Amino acid sequence: MGRTRQWLRRLRGHPRVIVGGVILLLVTFLAVFAPVLAPHDPTSQRLELSMQRRVAGFPLGTDEFGRCIWSRLLYGARISLSVGMVAVGIGATIGGFLGLVAGLWGGRLDSIVMRLMDVMLAIPGILLAIAIVAALGPGMFNVMVAVGVSSVPAYARLVRGSVLVVRETEYIEAVRALGARMGRIAARHVVPNIFAPVMVVASMQMGSAILAAAGLSFLGLGAQPPTPEWGTMLSRGREFLRVAPHIPTYPGLAIFVTVIGFNFIGDGLRDLLDPRLKL
Amino acid sequence: MGAYVAGRLLHVLPVVIGVSLLVFLIGHLTPGDPVALMFGLEAGADPELMASIRRELGLDQPLHIQYLRFLGGLARGDLGRSIRTGDKVVREIQARLPATAELALSALLISVAIGVTAGVISAAYRNSGFDYASTFGALFGVSVPAFWLGLMLMYFLAVRVPLFPVSGRAMPLVQALGLSLTGEFWQFGMAARHLVLPAITLGLPSAALVARLTRSAMLEVLGQDYVRTARAKGLGERTVLYRHALRNAMIPVVTMVGLQFGFLLGGAVITESVFAWPGIGRLVVQAIQQRDFPLAQGIVMIVALIFVLVNLLVDLAYGALDPRVRYR
Repeated sequence: MGRTRQWLRRLRGHPRVIVGGVILLLVTFLAVFAPVLAPHDPTSQRLELSMQRRVAGFPLGTDEFGRCIWSRLLYGARISLSVGMVAVGIGATIGGFLGLVAGLWGGRLDSIVMRLMDVMLAIPGILLAIAIVAALGPGMFNVMVAVGVSSVPAYARLVRGSVLVVRETEYIEAVRALGARMGRIAARHVVPNIFAPVMVVASMQMGSAILAAAGLSFLGLGAQPPTPEWGTMLSRGREFLRVAPHIPTYPGLAIFVTVIGFNFIGDGLRDLLDPRLKL
Repeated sequence: MGAYVAGRLLHVLPVVIGVSLLVFLIGHLTPGDPVALMFGLEAGADPELMASIRRELGLDQPLHIQYLRFLGGLARGDLGRSIRTGDKVVREIQARLPATAELALSALLISVAIGVTAGVISAAYRNSGFDYASTFGALFGVSVPAFWLGLMLMYFLAVRVPLFPVSGRAMPLVQALGLSLTGEFWQFGMAARHLVLPAITLGLPSAALVARLTRSAMLEVLGQDYVRTARAKGLGERTVLYRHALRNAMIPVVTMVGLQFGFLLGGAVITESVFAWPGIGRLVVQAIQQRDFPLAQGIVMIVALIFVLVNLLVDLAYGALDPRVRYR
């Protein structure tokens, strides 16, 4: 209890974490309870009600097929949040592992891993993701893989950099002198000490991953209609910008608010956990 | 400086070869036969025709031979032919690259102008209303989906209030500039008006990042002893800020701007699709949709090469700006 209270007291000085947290709790709540909260089936069409901005029973109006935009947004939140989590999971796990190995073992392994990361960084992230998804084929899972893989170098570099600092500390020297093996040192002593910067970057990357995935869907490479994915909704809705601007406006707003939530948390956490990282 | 330049060049070569291998492998990850995919898996496509196309593209060769041919072609400036049009990939890219360069450079200009100005003012007036507004503005800037920002700008500034054209490109800005010198000023205005919305869409998120970095770099420099000395000897605040602080704060910003250029080239894919801007970003999306893999592969390769080159130039500029870097 004492610890929780201490944390809450620390949070009080960081309103951004609180605002971001509230936004994300709300989005998660809406996503989890989408089947209960959605007034309509996200894919059921009522063509006689198409492109209505205000119509009874449809809180945010209807799209070109008379589908309920609010219901589609709620289900879309599930997709976007999962995309963020899976993509960040892939990037942080692979990148983190590569960075850890490169930083701890050093030498040739380090050079090989880091040159590979240089090569990946030479292709702008979104273009690399587009290339990967083009090779794997369109679809939401492939988008998650593509976005995750294209973020691997960011984690690898960050973790390697942090490991290099931690490796030289006296406590690592001490456990080494005690004869601990490399694997144990990595798991018990290095990883917990580089957790803070990885957390900060991961929460920021959640926002970027959601943006990138929505961008790929916007280009027609991600979720396919009639899936209620925000990027796809926006992409379809842009054709009706002149006659029914509300159709592309709401999904864009949903992406924007969710990404802001993650960035608020990331920014706030950075200040909270490690003021030295402050940009 | 010579050794530094040579070192950087030596570092670049393996990266370029690695990128070519990566791009090649991604292109060949595609499950199935690209020629069959090109025919849309239609039954009845002539097997002999398919075999001859496969031969022509070198797809009947083992993978390592295909890669060596790709690398050899790259060294000669030959990226093969587009499956759809039969034109040389290099020529297709050449035709579209100027539009992307124009867009990316304009966006970079917007990003640096807004980002550096906001960052410097924020740092100079730390914790002021402007600082808070700019910090929040930057956070909003990095969170906004570019495709949505583009559509909203299009809706409000082209559809509702028709200040700018909805989409497309009138003519190359350089050509319009030439025409305006011969008295046809309206041509330049027209070309520039087409460029404004896409450039803002692409440049604003990047301006946010530049603003954040400039602010933090300025704050760090403003805390240095030589700034205190400059103040102590009675220099005006403006001189301290621009002569002493900004120059030194610009070093990390220059690196960031170089990196941003790569992101702008990548981001151009989405912005060009929103505004129907005829650049390589839109071309790569079309190539992927039409399964024209030599074209898609060629574009990714060229963008990566440009990015590597820009970063090399930034590194060299960095070495010239900051003597400490050269002797590290």
